[in-house]
Amino acid sequence: MARVKRKNKTSIPAKYILLALTGVCFLLMFGSFTFGWVSGPVGDAASYVFIPMQRGLTTVGNWISDKTYELSNLKNVMKENEELKAQVDELTDELNTRKLEQYDTEDLRALLELDEGYSEYNKVAASVIGKDAGNWFDTFLIDKGSKDGITVGMNVITGRGVAGIITEVGSNYAKVRSIIDDMSSVSGMVLSTSDNCVINGDLQTMDERQMITFSNLKDTDNKVAVGDQVVTSYISSEYVQGLLIGYISEIHVNSNNLTKSGLISPVVDFEHVKHVLVITDLKTTTQTQEE
Amino acid sequence: MRRKITVFLIVAVCFLLQTTLFQSISFLTVAPNLLIIVTASFGFMRGKKEGMYIGLLCGLLVDIFYANILGGYALLYMYIGYMNGFFRKLFFPEDFKLPMLLISASDFVYNFVIYFFLFLFRNRLDFPYYLSHVILPELVYTLLMMIVLYFLILKINRRLEEIERKRAAKFVS
Repeated sequence: MARVKRKNKTSIPAKYILLALTGVCFLLMFGSFTFGWVSGPVGDAASYVFIPMQRGLTTVGNWISDKTYELSNLKNVMKENEELKAQVDELTDELNTRKLEQYDTEDLRALLELDEGYSEYNKVAASVIGKDAGNWFDTFLIDKGSKDGITVGMNVITGRGVAGIITEVGSNYAKVRSIIDDMSSVSGMVLSTSDNCVINGDLQTMDERQMITFSNLKDTDNKVAVGDQVVTSYISSEYVQGLLIGYISEIHVNSNNLTKSGLISPVVDFEHVKHVLVITDLKTTTQTQEE
Repeated sequence: MRRKITVFLIVAVCFLLQTTLFQSISFLTVAPNLLIIVTASFGFMRGKKEGMYIGLLCGLLVDIFYANILGGYALLYMYIGYMNGFFRKLFFPEDFKLPMLLISASDFVYNFVIYFFLFLFRNRLDFPYYLSHVILPELVYTLLMMIVLYFLILKINRRLEEIERKRAAKFVS
């Protein structure tokens, strides 16, 4: 008799457990929303299990996507191969060495230019190891974390331009919200006229045309044109100044006749981003250093 | 204990695949939602409680690594697991229609809730666009993946139940 009673006691109906867990979830949401809780020790423990595996699997995934790309290009490559073979026959050794030298100088020159462009900032290289689990947002994980001196708010760039910003840091990983994420908003500046605008990520335009939107552009002299470069603005509180975002590809005047909005095609290829650089200078610290 | 470890492994593998491999080989920039398959299947195969716990685990993983605030996805996955638990009485392993229906419904509800709270509330009103470009492609892709994953889960679950039954029989005799 007593045994039966105890059995009944231990099995709580599912709906009460559901209610309790719902409460816990709401508490977590409230806590992380108001006090900025991040995953903490649980997240760290989880990251030690999952991050190395994610790193490995992403490498495999990249390999597969590379291979499929290679296979689809095989026909072209084979054709090219024959042509090249013929060409190789024609070329003398001297020409070969000269060409090699030329490539070398071009490569070095390009590297020099890139480094000069962003050389005033300290950077850490990192690899992308995982992407958002759903299809709604555009966040990704990189394999460097607080152990490598990364903190929230650091800017993430690729060789071409700005990719995103760090929104959360674990000991061996960091979460990056890319500038094409639907919730991303960056203060930008048109390079030719120094006019400021706000650049928002947008899932819809990104899906349809690989572009993001800008708005609030006060172009009183009507000088901003399609093809103008847009960089991060000096008034941005999060992004360091002068990182390339993209090129304007469409402008229209808003109904208030004062501001303009339109589309920007970003320079970074977000589908295939594999390696990034994290700028370890924060916007706020660079300001205080200047003062 | 054996069941707990196995389920945790299934969830972990699906989470890893979903965030890495399937993201880089996604076509139409859409990746399948493996975690919803796991949560829903265990919901209607094993009941409300187990669906709920597994949903919570899946959601927490997504929360920890990819969400802005903790608890949101956990809540969503947990309720989906719980709701699927109601259909346990209608579930027969030989019948493929009900799992298909439930998993598509779960995936649709999951994405609709995300759209409602995270997109509609920010004045993204073009629902038909998001329906045809995010929700439906993901649903189709998820159903395709389900053909493989569901039968795997079914098999694993059957094996686990067999072992559990044998053990229970041992205790009685």
